Amino acid sequence: MPLEVYLNVAIGGVLTGLVYGLMALGLSVIFGVVRVVNFAHGEMMTVAMFLAVVLCTALHVDPLVLLVPIAAVLFVFGYALQRGLINVFITRPEHSQFLLLVALAIIITNTLLIIFGPDARTVETAYGFDSFQFGGIIVDAAKAYAGAAAILFAAALFVFFRFTLIGKAIRAGADNHTGALVVGLDVKRLYALTFGLGAACVGAAGTMMTLLVDATPLLGPSYTLLAFVIVITGGLGSMPGALIGGVLIGLTEALAGLLFTPSAKSMFAFAILVLVLLFRPQGILGKRLA
Amino acid sequence: MMARLTAGVTRRSAIPLALLLAALLAAPWLVNDYLLTMLIIILYFGYAGQAWNIMMGFAGQLSLGHALYLGLGGYVAATLFTRFGIGPWLGFAVAIPVASAAGAIIGFLAFRFRVAGIYFAILTIAFAEFARIGFDNWDYVHASSGLFVPVKQYAHNNPWLLRGDPTMFYYVILGATVLLFVLCHFLVRSRVGYFWLAIREDETAARAAGIDTFRYKMIAVVVSAAMTSFAGVFYAFFYNNLFPEQVFSIFRSVEIILGPIIGGIGTLFGPILGAFVLKGLAEALSSVMTAFGIDLPGVTQVFYGVCLLIVVVALPDGVWPPLARLLGIGRSKP
Repeated sequence: MPLEVYLNVAIGGVLTGLVYGLMALGLSVIFGVVRVVNFAHGEMMTVAMFLAVVLCTALHVDPLVLLVPIAAVLFVFGYALQRGLINVFITRPEHSQFLLLVALAIIITNTLLIIFGPDARTVETAYGFDSFQFGGIIVDAAKAYAGAAAILFAAALFVFFRFTLIGKAIRAGADNHTGALVVGLDVKRLYALTFGLGAACVGAAGTMMTLLVDATPLLGPSYTLLAFVIVITGGLGSMPGALIGGVLIGLTEALAGLLFTPSAKSMFAFAILVLVLLFRPQGILGKRLA
Repeated sequence: MMARLTAGVTRRSAIPLALLLAALLAAPWLVNDYLLTMLIIILYFGYAGQAWNIMMGFAGQLSLGHALYLGLGGYVAATLFTRFGIGPWLGFAVAIPVASAAGAIIGFLAFRFRVAGIYFAILTIAFAEFARIGFDNWDYVHASSGLFVPVKQYAHNNPWLLRGDPTMFYYVILGATVLLFVLCHFLVRSRVGYFWLAIREDETAARAAGIDTFRYKMIAVVVSAAMTSFAGVFYAFFYNNLFPEQVFSIFRSVEIILGPIIGGIGTLFGPILGAFVLKGLAEALSSVMTAFGIDLPGVTQVFYGVCLLIVVVALPDGVWPPLARLLGIGRSKP
């Protein structure tokens, strides 16, 4: 195969990986601050995907237009979820938290299944078949837009956490829970905000994902697993780590799909996960936990 | 032997226990084939849940990849049967070392490299997913098109080949569930069992007290994996088909653990009670739906999800401990 083929596939993989990275960023932010592992992450992503599919078809608009509105809807969902349900569980054992979110995941997936059925749904866009050409390299327009939107969204989130007062307060709460309480921060509200922001990442990523794959309710669990693989690879709790992990996994999947059979591609993602867990459990950019 | 078997059984709990056992033994004469099949499925989940409970309930190691051991058991026995005509009991004898080896590999990697808690859970999922994708692409076991155990009409029940009517399957799974229950009863009161509980409660303290935590966690994984593999053998011969997408899926792993969680993690009756509660409610729901003419796939799963949610929120210890207190029998937790 000529080199261009590999390059094309690799670039496609990196762009898809950026969307993966944005999804995983949500998981990482939630874990980094609230210390709860969101086992319903991929399921929340399918909710965003179906919102995008339904709204795009009904309103005849482009998914890119819906990026912010859907992220906002998911933000509210995440905020309410943390406030109403998860907050009680923060002091409970890990397996208890995990089971709560698994229950939620089962409910989401199957509710989607009841409403939409198992069939795949797609979004029609004006640029669905367009591509950019640079010499011998061809880049899918849809993938390029999705990747660019993912970077912008992640950058906005980064700026928020770095420079705004609320962002700083959230990081303070993550660094030292007791200290944050002592200086009078409303940690419960900050946790809810964080969960909302994590969900907003998923909302944005899910909207972009409709440009890349067809939406089916059963995608949820595999995206949850994918988000874990990415976040653990990049370093749980590290924001740049999630994006780097996403790109790495996207690239691996794309190349594995090209070199081996596409159905075996997620095996390589899991192989990376196992290797990272064993040899660098803190992830590529993570700090070693005590 | 009998004295040790009845250790911890109070007079107050002996009578209900004997009645329950008698009712279960007499069930094939009391209920129709449909209900009997229900009971088979309930006991199957009770058995698998009990096997999972060894690892999580006793030793405190959360496995979310038990579908791996189930699938390996099923595939080993079904392959030996369809390819070489080797019966399921010998198949089980082969499945035990295979599943144990898988458990030992995961346990060794995880415990040596100190992968714990939620990371351990994810590692177990990763291995089950490995197996799912691997078997999905492995032609020797017919890859994704599935492995079928030939269904023939048998004039007589043949328990050695696990071919026969529901009554035979019922007694096989009842026997297995009772045996595993007794095994767990002994295990949890043995030296190993006490070490497990110590590790579950506080691993650092257990190590400080001189317990070789690595060794006892390994024993828990291997015993749990070996016992789970029988559930796989039973699954293969009861349903007569195996698809990697189904047997190794994360749904299967979650389904196995729902019973013990609802019944009560770390209790002996929890897994069985949980399976009864869950399947009983699901069955009630589906008959209500049939009565109203509603036919929607996914409703049962939503219902499972809601049940799990309620139990996790309202009864963090499961149904059994409060029920046992109410009946005034047993200790709520071993």
